[in-house]
Amino acid sequence: MTEILKTEGLSRYFGAVVAAEDINVTITEGEIVGVIGSNGAGKTTFINMVTGYLPPSAGTIAFDGSSIKGLGPRKLMRKGLSRSFQIPQLFLDLSVLDNLSMALSASESRHLEMLRPVRTPERIAAADEILTQMGITQYRDEMVTAMPQGARKLLDIAIAMLANPRMLLLDEPTSGVSTDEKHTLMDTVMEVVKRRGLTVLFVEHDMEIVQKYVTRVMAFASGIVIKDGPVEEVLADEKVQELVTGKRRGSRGKNTETHEGGA
Amino acid sequence: MGLQKSEIMLVVAAAAIGLLSFVIPDWLAFTTTLAIASAMVVLGVVMLMRAGLVSFGQGLYYCIGGYAVGMGGRFLGVTDALLLIGMGVVATVALAMLLGLLLTRYREIFFAMLTLAFSMILYGVLVKSHNLGSTDGFGVGNWTLLWFDPEGGKGSKTVLWLATAVGLAVALFLNRYFGSAIGLACEAIRENEVRVEYMGMSRRQILYINYIIAAAIGSIGGSLTSLAAGHVDPTMAYWTISGEFIFIALLGGTGHVAAAFIAAMIFIMVRTYAVELFPNSWQMILGIVLLLIILFLPKGIWSLFTRKRRVAS
Repeated sequence: MTEILKTEGLSRYFGAVVAAEDINVTITEGEIVGVIGSNGAGKTTFINMVTGYLPPSAGTIAFDGSSIKGLGPRKLMRKGLSRSFQIPQLFLDLSVLDNLSMALSASESRHLEMLRPVRTPERIAAADEILTQMGITQYRDEMVTAMPQGARKLLDIAIAMLANPRMLLLDEPTSGVSTDEKHTLMDTVMEVVKRRGLTVLFVEHDMEIVQKYVTRVMAFASGIVIKDGPVEEVLADEKVQELVTGKRRGSRGKNTETHEGGA
Repeated sequence: MGLQKSEIMLVVAAAAIGLLSFVIPDWLAFTTTLAIASAMVVLGVVMLMRAGLVSFGQGLYYCIGGYAVGMGGRFLGVTDALLLIGMGVVATVALAMLLGLLLTRYREIFFAMLTLAFSMILYGVLVKSHNLGSTDGFGVGNWTLLWFDPEGGKGSKTVLWLATAVGLAVALFLNRYFGSAIGLACEAIRENEVRVEYMGMSRRQILYINYIIAAAIGSIGGSLTSLAAGHVDPTMAYWTISGEFIFIALLGGTGHVAAAFIAAMIFIMVRTYAVELFPNSWQMILGIVLLLIILFLPKGIWSLFTRKRRVAS
């Protein structure tokens, strides 16, 4: 399989605070990788560095064999790297269809096209297709503010997919979504991901979701990757149980629950 | 690509102004011309507001448009109104392309203050320019419109027709622009710059283009004002003039291009009558009007139409 993302010595410091340090990761095309860790472990910092939101303090990032260090979100998107956000980044004053039409218009990358009406028959057809795939067609003509959180998450991911990426980074796709909805949401997303043959890296706190949808897990603690491997192996690791999942502490009667919250 | 319903209304309104120009008195023709000219600058302000930016210095381009008309006639001997307006647009676009590189890096109060600073620099330069009449400015020479000479008692009507035609063209263009991908992208930038970048669009490029177009339209407004008034002076670049454009933009709202024209007409009429009836406290009347608009119509006068349509549906 082809290497799609490779980081070497990737680090980010905020003054004396180490947000991420010496992250060495290689992800091959088609992999679905989970990123776990407690709050402040460095998961989102890692995602932010890879997607050009945060410049790394040190280290290299290569996407599809070429360096992407220092590239902004726009150039990364054009290279095939797209992302969704922990808090959906949508245009609340626009309708769902306009949100999608805008994304489609942006992905066409033809300057003169920007002067045409945002809603064209082709864009509407493409928007309808992704809405159907995501199961949120009922909100097509609604304002984003009328959507529940789960549907907003799906719309955020749909927008990320419209750029036809090769790799998708999902930052906590199920956060803020009810327990009942989480599996439905992930089933929908994963079906579309598999249909499009995307490589996915996603941050997640719910271990049930991680076990169900990924084959490989990277566990973060205090800004470093403490374990990277097959899901069962990582979740069975003592250090991961102690620092990430909390199961060892749970066995001592102190904490029996999985960690929840943002990174 | 036919005309939309609201565009047909704009054409009808322009035709109505054209017809009414034959019966209305000269003072009303003049007032209407000034309102249309101001509305164009206001539309530039509205374009920026839709992108989340407030310009306290749109008077800069209004003034350049006005002075281009005056200087074109005085120093270059150009008399054709369309050519004079075109010269103003070229000068404005050149300057906006330069200033836009800096200004599109800034947001909120920093953008507002920088725009104000640039307009005040121009004001200062003009005040010190004795060749351009210093604080008194100078008179705009006689002008022609293609083969038609507006002098001979019909000047105020000709400039009204010209302003109406240009205003209609600008309004139709902006109506399409606001519904285009770039127009909507400006709104998107106001709401969420991060997502705009992750969609693959350059927020700076979009804001830059938007800024230049807004400046060009402001310049046309300035040119029409100087053609109608027959005089230019540095106060066109003064910050209180830019404040008036913001006032009118708030009065009309950003809901539709027509709102700027309606609001400009209301503003000029209120100001005219306030000065006439309360010569020592007319500013207070304007202040009260703005206060009432902000309190009761925060989205401007245009929200009256959209509210009515919503109730009807």
